[in-house]
Amino acid sequence: MSEIGLTHMLFISTALFFIGVYGFLTRKNMITMLMAIELILNSVNINFVAFNKYLYADKLDGLFFTIFIITIAAAEAAVAIAIIIHLYRSLKSIDVDDADLMKF
Amino acid sequence: MLNSTYIALIPLLPIITFLIIGLVGRRYFPKFSGVLGTLSLLVSFLLSAFVAYQYFFEVGKVEGVYQKIIALKYVWLQFSPNVAIDMGILLDPISVMMIVIVTFISLMVHIYSMGYMNGEPRYATYYAFLSLFTFSMLGLVLSTNIFQIYIFWELVGVSSFLLIGFYYEKPSAVAASKKAFIVTRFADLGFLIGILVLSYYSETLDFQTLIQRLTTEGNYLTSIVSASFLGFSALTWGLVLVFAGGAGKSAMFPFHIWLPDAMEGPTPVSALIHAATMVVAGVYLVARLFPIFSNSCPGALEVVAYIGIFSSLLAAIIACTQTDIKRVLAYSTMSQIGFMMFALGVSGFYAEEGVGFMGSMFHLFTHSIFKALLFLGAGAVIHYVHSNDMKDMGGLRKLMPITHLTFLLACLAIAGIPPFAGFFSKEEILLACWNSNKLIFGAAVLTAGLTAFYMFRLYFNIFWNKEYKSHSESHDAHHGEAPGTMLLPLIILAILSVVAGFVPFSHLVTADGIGFETEFHIGFAIGPVLLAVAAILLAYFMYVKESLVPQKFADTVKGFYTAAYHKFYFDEMYLFITKKIVFNLIGRPAAWIDKTIFDGFMNLIASVTESVSESIKSFQSGKVQDYAIYFFAGTLGFVLLFIYLWT
Repeated sequence: MSEIGLTHMLFISTALFFIGVYGFLTRKNMITMLMAIELILNSVNINFVAFNKYLYADKLDGLFFTIFIITIAAAEAAVAIAIIIHLYRSLKSIDVDDADLMKF
Repeated sequence: MLNSTYIALIPLLPIITFLIIGLVGRRYFPKFSGVLGTLSLLVSFLLSAFVAYQYFFEVGKVEGVYQKIIALKYVWLQFSPNVAIDMGILLDPISVMMIVIVTFISLMVHIYSMGYMNGEPRYATYYAFLSLFTFSMLGLVLSTNIFQIYIFWELVGVSSFLLIGFYYEKPSAVAASKKAFIVTRFADLGFLIGILVLSYYSETLDFQTLIQRLTTEGNYLTSIVSASFLGFSALTWGLVLVFAGGAGKSAMFPFHIWLPDAMEGPTPVSALIHAATMVVAGVYLVARLFPIFSNSCPGALEVVAYIGIFSSLLAAIIACTQTDIKRVLAYSTMSQIGFMMFALGVSGFYAEEGVGFMGSMFHLFTHSIFKALLFLGAGAVIHYVHSNDMKDMGGLRKLMPITHLTFLLACLAIAGIPPFAGFFSKEEILLACWNSNKLIFGAAVLTAGLTAFYMFRLYFNIFWNKEYKSHSESHDAHHGEAPGTMLLPLIILAILSVVAGFVPFSHLVTADGIGFETEFHIGFAIGPVLLAVAAILLAYFMYVKESLVPQKFADTVKGFYTAAYHKFYFDEMYLFITKKIVFNLIGRPAAWIDKTIFDGFMNLIASVTESVSESIKSFQSGKVQDYAIYFFAGTLGFVLLFIYLWT
């Protein structure tokens, strides 16, 4: 068994990305959709870290970006959950299909 | 020198009154607006009388010639260094005479209307319109500039439209106001083209410069005379077109059809607009440009003369057959204005040759007084009888003695019996015709005889003939005579129609501004007067008693009588031309092109847009995940495209 290389990492991150996209498009529960978005973000994080380690080992840019994304993701989760709570209060539901008040 | 500020007040007071009554008076003090309008006009009249006194006796005359004085001038629109539209006040004998007439007649009508229109729901509106009309007419006569006169000309048309259609619940009044507006507007098209032709060649809009450039030898005169179109010079075309506008306002053939219908308006309005002031605007316009007509283009002046005499005779014949008293008066107005027109047409310019011009202005002056009196008297009769038709009248002389007397005086004045006003002015006109054109003279004498006949036919039918039988019992027991506000103007006007003929007009208003002595030819005057007396006697025998003579006479010339009774079918001809020819050949194809081609193109665009948006609107489902799919699909598409292009 050969050593784990960049290809493996990219394979994992791609898989993770599409699992996230699939979850985002098929789940109707908004919390689950939020979790799917986290998966997408994390797949990007893996990409950054992997590229940083295998191609530019002497630099730290990828790591910085990763930390930055984690921070943003936390903030984004807070905002998203606040929105979901508000929607729940007014609609008594967190099903995304019920939140269609702005339809034409 | 005349102080210009208070002259500007003469036209400004009525417009201010119009604004006050129109904006606040109608709501807050409707009953008071009649008094307000009358007072402001009284001030206006006193001012114009003062201006006239100053002009004629103190400052106007320099070395025996009445000057044209620009009392006020303000450049309104500057087109180029040479051409500008000014707003100003021009004083010369005819404009000074006109402001006195307009303010005076308007004042009389204002006073009279306080009685006549009393109890009318739109009383204040009526006074507002009267003020607007007075303003426009004063602006018209005081214009310094041919474009300024055009602006006020149209304003006069608008206010006449408003006043004819005053009783807008009546369909006939609405139709009459539209007819008046469209017919005069159509004639004004000619006026506008005429203005453009004249000002294009003379490169000015100012009256004085225009007249000066087109009457003296020079580049301007040469260029306008040498430019020709369809065999006539541009000058002839310009003047004839300007005259067409004047003919429209003055109800000359072939634009006369609106005037009889305009009688749908309130009777005082007919007195003011359709007898005394507005309809003479055309005469005034020709008189204003008279130096050009007379000195440079006698051909155009001949057109004026022949159209004038033809309209005059035509209207006199029609007037003999009508039974609606206001229509008789309307046709008599048209006939008298024809007199003024052909008097201008046969006139020369210098000194005694200008007797036609002077006679025309004199007749304008006297006619406005006695015609206003006739209309106001007719108004009093209509007010009492509640009908316009002379078949419903008769024997009113005992019931309305003052109206009867004033009406008689006015009839004598218009018939040309000495010493009443109409005699003197008509005599000057006949004299001018005798000197220049015997054909016109013959027609004019005939018309004068007809005038006496139909006026006395009217008079005998209203005040003599059968005994008056009231339709309701309570009616004549209560009031016979009209209220004081209506009688006062009648009495004032009656006195004036007796004395107005003694004004020494030939010293005041002449074509070249130099006064001259008119000799009075007793031998010449006696013929027309005898003819008028004979016509009156004929009317006396035919109409003073109820008899079958008029009926028998009508039967002997049946075809002619019927044609005249139907106004020689001019209305029908115009209807035929407009409805059958213009509508079918121009109106309907134009409507078809508009509806199918232009509207169709617009409808095509609209329906394509609608069907496209109908088919794609389901994309906008309002569901987040649908949008997410589009987003991912789009991104994926771009990525694939990018990769494809990259390699």
